[in-house]
Amino acid sequence: MNDILQFFLLYREAIFIIILSIFLGIEVISHVPSVLHTPLMSGANAIHGVVIIGAIIVMGHAHNLLSMILGFLAVVLGTLNVVGGFVVTDRMLEMFRKKKTQK
Amino acid sequence: MDELLTLTRSFEFSPYISILELSYILASILFILGLKKLSHPDTARSGNLWAAAGMGLAILFTILFHKTKAENGTYEGIHNIGFIIAALVIGSVVGWLAAKKVKMTAMPQMVSLFNGMGGACAALISLMEFPKMQNILAFHGATSMFNGEAIAILLGLMIGGVSFAGSMVAFGKLDERIGDIKSPILRYVNLLFLFLLVGLIIFIMASTPVKDNNLMIYILALLALLYGVTFVMPIGGADMPVVISLLNSFTGVAAAMGGFLYGNQAMLTGGILVGSSGTILTILMCKAMNRSLLNVIIGAFGVSAAGAVQSGDKSVKEISLSDAAILLSYSQKVFIVPGYGLAVAQAQHLCHELDNLLTSKGVEVKYAIHPVAGRMPGHMNVLLAEADVPYEKLLEMEDANKEMSSTDAVIVVGANDVVNPAAEEDPSSPIAGMPVIQVWNAKNVIVMKRSMAKGYAAIENNLFYHPRTRMLFGDAKATMQKLVSEIKNL
Repeated sequence: MNDILQFFLLYREAIFIIILSIFLGIEVISHVPSVLHTPLMSGANAIHGVVIIGAIIVMGHAHNLLSMILGFLAVVLGTLNVVGGFVVTDRMLEMFRKKKTQK
Repeated sequence: MDELLTLTRSFEFSPYISILELSYILASILFILGLKKLSHPDTARSGNLWAAAGMGLAILFTILFHKTKAENGTYEGIHNIGFIIAALVIGSVVGWLAAKKVKMTAMPQMVSLFNGMGGACAALISLMEFPKMQNILAFHGATSMFNGEAIAILLGLMIGGVSFAGSMVAFGKLDERIGDIKSPILRYVNLLFLFLLVGLIIFIMASTPVKDNNLMIYILALLALLYGVTFVMPIGGADMPVVISLLNSFTGVAAAMGGFLYGNQAMLTGGILVGSSGTILTILMCKAMNRSLLNVIIGAFGVSAAGAVQSGDKSVKEISLSDAAILLSYSQKVFIVPGYGLAVAQAQHLCHELDNLLTSKGVEVKYAIHPVAGRMPGHMNVLLAEADVPYEKLLEMEDANKEMSSTDAVIVVGANDVVNPAAEEDPSSPIAGMPVIQVWNAKNVIVMKRSMAKGYAAIENNLFYHPRTRMLFGDAKATMQKLVSEIKNL
């Protein structure tokens, strides 16, 4: 029990952010029209590409060959997620904009 | 007040770290606003750009200003900048080209692919951080690995691995490279894998850290990959959008684990934001199909479907091209109901041509769009917009249903389950209760279809045997082409 309480105290800030972010995520998304489900999913997909920051940090402190190779791979994959994700989403949404200008 | 004084004394001030943290706060705000804007049609595109700007900011400032405290107490910046930039360039070029080149019909699998890349990235980070952590703990003589960092590393590896493998399978299914394996045994295999994964994580954390003893973490990675495959394998191709959305939120959580590990707020907020909004989105998608998430994951679809409808003695009526052309030309109001068949055949441009042709003959042409028509919600809207079909011609299901009884003819192009009357009439049907487009209320229904094959829900469609329905067999594009020239020649 003490361990759990200590754990909570140690990581209280992160736990706070996590809980608030969960509510924020739910709040931001609700009431989205079904037409936008796909672009929204794709946009969210690009946002979790933020994991690339972790890859950059690992790569930035890599000292042996194995971690260099893995780190390089991680940065490439993360970039694919970020760039591909945002570009695909933009292409989807471009279609919606075209419709609007025709109105 | 004393507390404040100790705080100022022990606080090692570094302007670079302050700038970095500021950039992370800004990036988080941009993510939140971007996501918020993405959920409204008018602002969606700028929302995407805002989120992208936040990402660019976070990446740039991490490279410039990130510092880690080294063992000798000094701060160390990012090394290997050349390699990092090279990797960024490679990823950007490949990602950009792939995203630009992909056809609109193949968008869903592309999203799945990119999602998998993010999952793999998170898993790789964990694979590299675990040995470091274990060596440090072993050096300090720790007896177990019960700490937040270990939880974050191990969960990041597990979730990232599952997300990567699962996304690859989902990609293969959508690209029709992998078929469905609907085996009830897989359900138990999946449960077994899940227990093994959780058990292994607890085992690793409970074990004493030994320098360079990394066998267990590789086994964990392998198990996670296997579980990802068996998790998605039994789920039907039609449910892939839901699965991708779910895996998307998994990757979000995996990214957040990295954020927890590094105390990095941008990763933490970004990851959790996607994790929670992705989960809600998944549930919304399930609701649009009137099914529960559990129902999708367990894959009840198609398993109990078989005996629902007896099709023995019913016959279908075909319609000839010329009859169809005449019927359409002399109608007052025509509805086009597109489905995935239209997307596969790339018939959206011909669809618009038919629409123009009929409109020039004084026929009122509209489109009825089911929220889950095609492989993803909104798939049809995007495709028809690509073919320049005006926005106001696209009616949502509820509005279209109101107009059905005053409609002379409906053309169903490559849609099946979304026009199946069983959803309303047969409570034992697997799609019972799913809202559908009530095309049978129109005076005539023409169903354009390749064959009598079942839709993705793998159930019989009574619409095809309806007295008002006539079938027009053939590939959607070819048939549409013939129909257009037939009407032109009238």
